[in-house]
Amino acid sequence: MAVLETQDLTYIYSEGTPFQKTAVDHVNLQIDNGEIVGVMGHTGSGKSTLIQHFNGLLKPSSGKILLDGEDIWADKSKIRDVRFNVGLVFQYPEYQIFEETVYKDIAFGCKNMGLDDDEIKRRVLETAYDIGLSEELLQRSPFDLSGGQKRRVAIAGVMAMNPKVLILDEPTAGLDPAGRDMILNHIKAYHKRVQNTVLIVSHSMEDIAGFADKILVMNKGSLFCYDSTEKVFSRADEISQIGLDVPQITKVFIELKKQGIDFGKDVYTLEYAKNLILKRLKGDL
Amino acid sequence: MLRDITIGQYFPGESIIHRLDPRFKIVITFIYILMLFTGSNIVCLAVGAVYTIMAILISKIPFKMFVKSIKPIFPFLILTAVMNLVFVGSGDIVFEWKFLKITQDAINTSVFMIVRIVLLIAGSSLLTYTTSPITLTDAIERLLSPLKKIKVPVHELAMMMSIALRFIPTLIEETDKIMSAQKARGAEIDTGSFTTRAKNMVSILVPLFISSFRRADELATAMECRCYHGGEGRTRLRQMKSASRDYIALVLTLVFYGGAIAVNILAD
Repeated sequence: MAVLETQDLTYIYSEGTPFQKTAVDHVNLQIDNGEIVGVMGHTGSGKSTLIQHFNGLLKPSSGKILLDGEDIWADKSKIRDVRFNVGLVFQYPEYQIFEETVYKDIAFGCKNMGLDDDEIKRRVLETAYDIGLSEELLQRSPFDLSGGQKRRVAIAGVMAMNPKVLILDEPTAGLDPAGRDMILNHIKAYHKRVQNTVLIVSHSMEDIAGFADKILVMNKGSLFCYDSTEKVFSRADEISQIGLDVPQITKVFIELKKQGIDFGKDVYTLEYAKNLILKRLKGDL
Repeated sequence: MLRDITIGQYFPGESIIHRLDPRFKIVITFIYILMLFTGSNIVCLAVGAVYTIMAILISKIPFKMFVKSIKPIFPFLILTAVMNLVFVGSGDIVFEWKFLKITQDAINTSVFMIVRIVLLIAGSSLLTYTTSPITLTDAIERLLSPLKKIKVPVHELAMMMSIALRFIPTLIEETDKIMSAQKARGAEIDTGSFTTRAKNMVSILVPLFISSFRRADELATAMECRCYHGGEGRTRLRQMKSASRDYIALVLTLVFYGGAIAVNILAD
């Protein structure tokens, strides 16, 4: 079942002024429950604007957003509940941290939900574990932590609200490879445990390829395509035409195909490529 | 949205007023203000009005921009007018109702005050509309530079002003981002009771302070990397050169000032 759905979603910045710009143009899509969706798009393609609609931070100029089949703007006073159900982690979320202790900062969202202290404690400990923050860190000041740890605290703050849909805007931007893998692995493990829907915006095709079930590509405010990962990457030519990249390993296999070595399949992760090559070497393929 | 606020009223253009030396513009504005305040009757202000309208026409800045600049002080204008109407007691009585007496003098003073304030705002807006904030601080620094002799840190003050101006848009953007992030965590910022909103302001102010300190630190390092060491011996990218048009403008303003004083004496 679709947990999130948009119907002709359109958003125009500064409508009615000379600076008017259509950032999202008649987008129709359905995101199914329990999926991990990678969101790709060039800078200015409207992907950030799109995701800010999902939790009601922006109100569409026209069109609708349905959460569990209900228009989120049907009752304006309930928009806060939408924000608890659709958790949004912004780019560089560590800059939103403000409490004295890590524990309090993670608990901020839960407190706003009006949960009781025991429930808050349970959730904070649970998400801290999920995101890989050790318990002794919880009583420290978040400002003493390393960049990667701060980022994880900020992500945990949204995760602790137990949203049905978790949206992460470039959660790995500016991190070193180890930090990046760590965050992605923790998010994956968390998703496995709670079985919610995760949307992840990223510029790194490698990240998305090994992670997402489906990929949503935005281009100039319109939905370019929304399909399973392999189908999207099989359209490598079109993807590179709109200024995006396919994973390096996919490029290697496309080149191999041109040289006459056809594996007959679209390859987008290293693991899969390794298996294919090993099979070919053994003569099974 | 916060982003829609326009900061710095500079209205780019190519008119002769835009191209005047900013130092002269500041001095001229100063003389202009003196002219408005030395005049003691409406005829003298008429001279000021002619001067202002002339300058506005030359600057080619749309008239509605000036209306916009006067709008915020409108309540103040009304208040001034009402106060003068009620409390000036001399002269012939024009209107009487119970204890309220409005005299001819009161009406004259009210009109006079309103015209004076409107001209004052319109004239000084012309300065900020035609001069970018950075040029303006530069010019202020130059004009105040004699004060360096008595150890006033003129360069430092001007530098602080330019940096503050430069960071206003950045801070607005930052505030907007942090507000969205906290709203996404369910903080009530535009909704909710006054106390919850006030409490939630902390969640915006703390990150904003921290990032401002970080930015200040980074900027200081970047400035030091480029060997910034204060104003001593520093040259400028934009040299301010006065041309004949600047002197003409200055002389013209002084002529108007003289005219205004003459008219004032004759009319009294």
